[in-house]
Amino acid sequence: MSEYAVEAFNIVRTFSDGDVRALDGVSLQVPTGQVFGLLGPNGSGKTTMVRILATILSPTSGSATVAGFDVVKQSNQVRRHIGLAGQADTVDENLTGFENLRMIGLLNHLNKAYVVAKSRQLLDDFGLSDAANRITKTYSGGMRRRLDLAAALVASPPILFLDEPTTGLDPQSRQDLWGIIERLVESGTTVLLTTQYLDEADRLAKQLVVLDHGKIIAEGTSAELKMRMGTTVLVLNFNTTNDALRAQPLLADLSSKPANIEGTVVEMTVDNGPATTADALRRIDAAGITLAGLALREPSLDDVFLNLTGHKAEDAPSDEPVAKGRRHSRKVHS
Amino acid sequence: MSTLPSSVSSHSSLRWAVSDVLTIARRNLLAVVRIPTALVFMIIQPIMFVILFRYVFGAVIKVPGGSYVNFLIPGILVQTMVFGSVGTAIGLAEDLQKGLIERFRALPMARLAVLAGRTISDMFRNVLVLVIITGVGFAVGFRPHGGFVAYIQASLLMLVFAYCLSWGFAFIGLAAPNSEAAQAITFPIIFPLTFASAIFIPVLKMPGWLRPFAINQPISQTADAVRGLMLGTPHGASTWIALAWALGAILVLAPLAVNRYRKAA
Repeated sequence: MSEYAVEAFNIVRTFSDGDVRALDGVSLQVPTGQVFGLLGPNGSGKTTMVRILATILSPTSGSATVAGFDVVKQSNQVRRHIGLAGQADTVDENLTGFENLRMIGLLNHLNKAYVVAKSRQLLDDFGLSDAANRITKTYSGGMRRRLDLAAALVASPPILFLDEPTTGLDPQSRQDLWGIIERLVESGTTVLLTTQYLDEADRLAKQLVVLDHGKIIAEGTSAELKMRMGTTVLVLNFNTTNDALRAQPLLADLSSKPANIEGTVVEMTVDNGPATTADALRRIDAAGITLAGLALREPSLDDVFLNLTGHKAEDAPSDEPVAKGRRHSRKVHS
Repeated sequence: MSTLPSSVSSHSSLRWAVSDVLTIARRNLLAVVRIPTALVFMIIQPIMFVILFRYVFGAVIKVPGGSYVNFLIPGILVQTMVFGSVGTAIGLAEDLQKGLIERFRALPMARLAVLAGRTISDMFRNVLVLVIITGVGFAVGFRPHGGFVAYIQASLLMLVFAYCLSWGFAFIGLAAPNSEAAQAITFPIIFPLTFASAIFIPVLKMPGWLRPFAINQPISQTADAVRGLMLGTPHGASTWIALAWALGAILVLAPLAVNRYRKAA
C-alpha cells in the first residue's frame, strides 16, 4: 500500500437540501500503519466523515481515496479493504456472537471454512468464546462493542474505521478496547479513529485533526496540540461567585490564555503547574480571598476546544445527525 | 493467522450474489425461530378472523353455493398472505433503525441482497403461516373440492402475489423513520384493500359506488382466483388478472425499493 491509507480532498457534505453543512471542506491524509485521530464534539462532522470514507454516504463535493480506490467510483473495491465499527454497535441481536461473525464473513465473500475458523479465533481473542453461542441480546455493552469490532475484523481489513469506539463504555471495557486497537496497529492495520476524548486520542493516535462545525480547526500530534494550550489546567474553587470574579483579574498574567469563569470556578491553562499554583495561592491569600478547593489536571478536549474555538465543546449545536441519534433523525439524510 | 484455511475464494459475482441473498435470508429466518412470539402474533390474527367470520358473522352472510366456510377460508388465506408481506416493511425498518443496513452497506456484498434476502425469507415465513392457517381452516369445516393440484396452484398464486406486494412494503420500511411508523403507514393501505374486497363477502352485496373498486382491485382478483381454484368453481380470468397485478406490482415496486435502499442509511 502507498504512503497514505486514506486521503480526502476538500470534502463537503450538506444535509436537508444544503441547510446543514455537516462537512465544510475537510482534507486529510492518514499515513499507512498508524492510528489517526479525528477529534471533535458531537455534531462536529466526525461520523459524517467516517460514513463517507466507508462508502455509506457520498460527499456533496470533494473526493477521497481509501486504499487507493475512489470512495464514489470504486466503492466496491474500497469495501474490500475496510472494516467499520463504532458506538452504534450494529450486531444482530437475534443471532449468537458466532453467527454474527459468520454472517459478516460470508458477506465479505470469504470461504466458509476460513470464516468459521476466523470467527472462532476472534471470539477467543476478544474474550467472547464462552458467550459465542449465546444470543447477543444477552450481551453487556462492552461485549457488544467487542463483538462489533470483531465483526469489522473478520475479513482482516488493512484499514479500520472506528467511530467513537469507547463512547458509553465502562473504564475497564475502555482499557480492554484500547489494548485491542494497539495490538491491531502493531500488526500493521491502519486505524482512523473518531473520539470526543483527548485521553483516548492521546493514548492511541499518532496524529490528530480537530473538527468543529465541519471544519478542521487544528492538526498535529497530540503533544503538539497540548503544547499549544499549556500543559496543565489549574482549577480554583471559590465560596462565592463574587470571590471568583475578584480573584480572576489577579491571576490574569499567570496564563497566556484567558481564564474561564463558570460560577464559583475559575479554570486556566498554565505552563508550569506547581510553580504557578503556588503563585496563584499567594495572590489570592494576599487579597484576603478564601479558597474552597483547588486541583491541577491534564487538559481535556473541552480545554482544547475552549482554546481553539472560544466556545465549549458541548455548546456546539448538534446539527449533524450523529450515529447515536441517527435512528431518530434518519430523515435528515434523505 | 497461518493456521487458518485460505480466505481466497474464486466464485463468480453471480454466485456470490446468490450466496449473499441466502446469507441474509437465513439470518432473517433465524430471527423467526428466535422470536417465536412474532410468528404467534401472525397466526393469532387470522385465527381470530376465522372464528369471527365463521361463527359470529357467518350465520347471516349468504354466499352463492351455500357454504360460507368454503367461501371464507380461501379469502382468509389471501388476507393472511397480504398481512404477512407487511412484515417486510417492519423487518427492514428495524434493520435500518438498528444500524444493520449501515453495516451491510459498508460490505462488499451484492447491493440487492438485503432486499431480496428479506422478501424471500418473508415468503418462507408466509409458507409456514399458510400451512398452519390451512390446517385451521380444515379444522373449522373447510372442505374444498377443486383437487390437490388446483389447491397447490392456488397456494402458489397467493404466495407469488404476496411476494410481489412485499417489494412495496420494502419501500415503505426503508422510507419510514422507524418500525412503528412503518406499521402505521401500511395500515391505511392494507385496510381498504382487504376489507373492500372479495375476501369476506361477495362483492355484489356491496353498495354500488364501492362495487367497481371492490371487484377490480388486485386482492379481490387474487381472492376470486384462489377461491375458484380451491373450490373448483368458475373464476373467469381472475388467475391471469391476479398474476398480471403481481407482475405489474413487482416491476413498479422493486425498482422503487432498490432506489430507496441506495439512498437510505
